[in-house]
Amino acid sequence: MPLDTPETTLDAGIVETDCVVIGAGPVGLFAVFELGLVDIKVHVVDILDKVGGQCAELYPEKPIYDIPALPVVTGQELTDRLMEQIKPFGAQFHLGERIDALSREADGRFRVETDAGKVFLAKVVVVAAGGGSFTPKRPPLQGIEAYEGTSVFYAVRKIETFRDRNVLIVGGGDSALDWTLNLQPVAKSVTLLHRRDEFRAAPHTVQQMRDLVEAGKVQLRIGQVTALDGADGALSSVTISTATAPETLPVDRMLPFFGLTMKLGPVANWGLNLEQNLIAVDTAKFETSEPGIFAIGDINTYPGKLKLILSGFHEAALMAQAAHKIVYPGKKLMFQYTTSSSGLQKKLGIHG
Amino acid sequence: MAKITFIQPDGSSQTVDAKSGMTVMEAARLASIPGIEAECGGACACATCHVYVDAGWVAKAGKAAAMEEDMLDFAFDVRPESRLSCQIKVTDALDGLILTVPTKQF
Repeated sequence: MPLDTPETTLDAGIVETDCVVIGAGPVGLFAVFELGLVDIKVHVVDILDKVGGQCAELYPEKPIYDIPALPVVTGQELTDRLMEQIKPFGAQFHLGERIDALSREADGRFRVETDAGKVFLAKVVVVAAGGGSFTPKRPPLQGIEAYEGTSVFYAVRKIETFRDRNVLIVGGGDSALDWTLNLQPVAKSVTLLHRRDEFRAAPHTVQQMRDLVEAGKVQLRIGQVTALDGADGALSSVTISTATAPETLPVDRMLPFFGLTMKLGPVANWGLNLEQNLIAVDTAKFETSEPGIFAIGDINTYPGKLKLILSGFHEAALMAQAAHKIVYPGKKLMFQYTTSSSGLQKKLGIHG
Repeated sequence: MAKITFIQPDGSSQTVDAKSGMTVMEAARLASIPGIEAECGGACACATCHVYVDAGWVAKAGKAAAMEEDMLDFAFDVRPESRLSCQIKVTDALDGLILTVPTKQF
């Protein structure tokens, strides 16, 4: 197998590899396939805790009708099929991590760092980040930024942050309900606020919440946050609208759960030429303004660009040819078909 | 065909011609109406095409279906007349529809 060249992990925990693909959406996944056919080893990093990108996060159950040869396929099915297709190449996935820094080393390779402290040294980088990184939605409340990280949190990283606090949890899905149950024993008080008396969370979780409300251990309010009050990053109360009159809740911690939105994020800081928050590329190699960094799929732009999954697949194929020249300088790449090439079939694990 | 008016939070408004069969979100995007972001492209998966239906049109525009109601949980300042514009199909009966765009779509 040409792909079993051992990868070096340096003492400092740095992973040396051929390529880092940023984004595990359909285009990032298919890039693993095209790169694998030309013997390029890949690590894939994605901020979500699962593969599939928007297909898995936004529309796992929704049908897609414009994937060639698949008259109809759901976002999740497409993801599952791609995972099956790229299995032979043994790409390593780093999920729930965001690439925070990307810079070039003196030897020409790229140093890629995740927010979890992982470091990769790669010969090429492929940005397949779609609409950008999924980040929690920030309720458009005046002055909310001042409380973020001190009183307002979009995830629970440390339970201790909420110990003996008056906590307001906003939302009606699994995150909101799970944290209502989990923080109740720790916090001084827990109030769950949702805009309607119906919850999307798992039914048994909803029942547990209702039992706690019944027992007087959790306060349930139906309404929406309209204003925050406090000083120096310390929240002291929030105003909510209810079916009757506005109310003020004395709370010093707030956890809003309004789902995720896509933001370009750290990509904007890597010195790549951008056009309207998209990465400008050429249409022969899909390379960015920085040689060795490629951008494919929804995140790139070029004359005539269409944000279609199938366009991203095409871009992945051409990108891989160009990446090969960087990873294997001087080595000639012969164009082959998977149908007839025994070499390619061997890579795919097909034994004739 | 229906004429649809979008009122912005600052009071300004734009009226667009929408073809029957398309969604109100698509008509808004075609006319580049500010504030209709439609991040997910109309899959009822993001709540960034949230609009308020004018009081006189609530009955004709219809109520949000269960899935849309779930997705409205992700919108801000949701009111009884809130809808996701990607889930409103344009018909001749909606000729004259008036919608208000929220201050912010998150």
